[in-house]
Amino acid sequence: MYPKTKVSPVSETTHDGTVAVTAAPAPDEGLTPAELAARYGLSVSGARPSLGEYVRQLWSRRHFVLAFSQAKLTAQYSQAKLGQLWQVATPLLNAAVYYFIFGLILKASRGMSHDVYIPFLVTGVFVFTFTQSSVMSGVRAISGNLGLVRALHFPRAALPVSFSLQQLQQLLFSMIVLFVVAIGFGSYPGVSWLLIVPVLALQFLFNTGLAMIVARLGAKTPDLAQLMPFLLRTWMYASGVMFSISTMLQGRPEWITRVLQFNPAAVYMDLMRFALIDGYGSSNLPPHVWAVALFWAVAAFAGGFVYFWKAEERYGRG
Amino acid sequence: MAEQNAGEHTRDRRPTVIADDLHIVYRVNGAKTGKGSATAALSRILKRGEERGVRKVHAVRGVSFVAYRGEAIGLIGSNGSGKSTLLRAIAGLLPAEKGKVFTDGQPSLLGVNAALMNDLTGERNVILGGLAMGMSREQIKERYQGIVDFSGINEKGDFITLPMRTYSSGMAARLRFSIAAAKDHDVLMIDEALATGDRKFQKRSEERIRELRKEAGTVFLVSHNNKSIRDTCDRVLWLERGELRMDGPTDEVLKEYEKFTGK
Repeated sequence: MYPKTKVSPVSETTHDGTVAVTAAPAPDEGLTPAELAARYGLSVSGARPSLGEYVRQLWSRRHFVLAFSQAKLTAQYSQAKLGQLWQVATPLLNAAVYYFIFGLILKASRGMSHDVYIPFLVTGVFVFTFTQSSVMSGVRAISGNLGLVRALHFPRAALPVSFSLQQLQQLLFSMIVLFVVAIGFGSYPGVSWLLIVPVLALQFLFNTGLAMIVARLGAKTPDLAQLMPFLLRTWMYASGVMFSISTMLQGRPEWITRVLQFNPAAVYMDLMRFALIDGYGSSNLPPHVWAVALFWAVAAFAGGFVYFWKAEERYGRG
Repeated sequence: MAEQNAGEHTRDRRPTVIADDLHIVYRVNGAKTGKGSATAALSRILKRGEERGVRKVHAVRGVSFVAYRGEAIGLIGSNGSGKSTLLRAIAGLLPAEKGKVFTDGQPSLLGVNAALMNDLTGERNVILGGLAMGMSREQIKERYQGIVDFSGINEKGDFITLPMRTYSSGMAARLRFSIAAAKDHDVLMIDEALATGDRKFQKRSEERIRELRKEAGTVFLVSHNNKSIRDTCDRVLWLERGELRMDGPTDEVLKEYEKFTGK
């Protein structure tokens, strides 16, 4: 190994007039680094802030979170000729494909009238896609942005939150398509449409919480990004995106139906359908559905936030 | 004269960064055997145990130093000697394996490259980069024109409203530096940022670094250009294989370093 030479620092004036490094015997001599740090009020770099402080830091970065999500959204289609029109065209094409396969070929409507089934299907697809893409981008929120994490200082939760926010804005574009489909099949705007706002807010909280959980997992195990699509697809088929859970499980024990209906994706989908579609009444909703929706949102968000914060100082390694 | 200066300096010698026996270890997945085969990966999972199959790279080994307010410190050493890693650790961006870094305020790395998006216009990137560095919207609005003027992007037409992917690499580098240098920092760290742009811009950025240094408590500069180290720094840390080989006034350390590199 190399010999470590320590040049005794001398005071001298450099050519531009500034004073060079000086080490005149100071009263600090003989202190350990930790004591020296304590004496001048220095803090450990990269230490995890307290939960309250973390929330405050995140709040002070809210403009960044919003700007980052909007930038990601815009950058997505910036090279396309039709540009931002794709924000609406993509969900529209998605809806058309699902209608073609499940509405025309498989006839999965099972007793629902055409006018109910089409908006039922499209709502299901859009609402589930919101959760699905939030989770998918959440998995890569840290592991896919290591450059950012290693270059700049900000509460890391800004990343998963920002990605969920991007998906929320994406969904708002999809909602335009959804409104057109609903009106096209005879469900006209009414008071119940106001329920869309709380449903979206709750689902956004739930998605963000979930995104933060998978962001921490994905930061440690990037392999999760490969596994996630399969888990999400299974979840989609179990949530009744293309069929009504209660009709599908007729004759089975009621608890199975309830378990499937209380799964958060199904809850938010059903609430959105209930708000939007005239022919989809409250008889399709499980009991205490709003309480369940609130529970999932709060539990996922609070749990996800704390879980993510616990590893704050470790993101960016490896 | 010199002694008087030194005496004056001693009184407000406030440490801004203290590194105490700092070790940084990178962990690389699946590089242990040098083979990324599926069977190797499978046996890795099956064997379990303490991080088997993860190769460790010990990038910084027991570095200790104290940096004071008003110092400009150069970091030199051959490629892969741990300079950039050390900077990131000081900034609190890389967790330390052992040892600690104490800092006064939040040290920041000069560089917003990672936050910028090539598909967005220069204009939006200025705002995004500023926000990413923790500036408020008002601060950015206030400094926006300064950033654009400094970068000189608009000298050859209205380029700031074009997506960044249409910029030449030199133009993009200039804009990145301008955004990064727009913020005031307590402890500022610069990683080879001076090597960007044409000669005219390099001069301008060196000047800006000197300005920043006046405003900032302490400046760290990583560079392979001994001249720019000599021009801007008064103290130099020489890292080699992750160890601090020498720490002292610029001239003395650079003389030894040049001897070592055979210049």
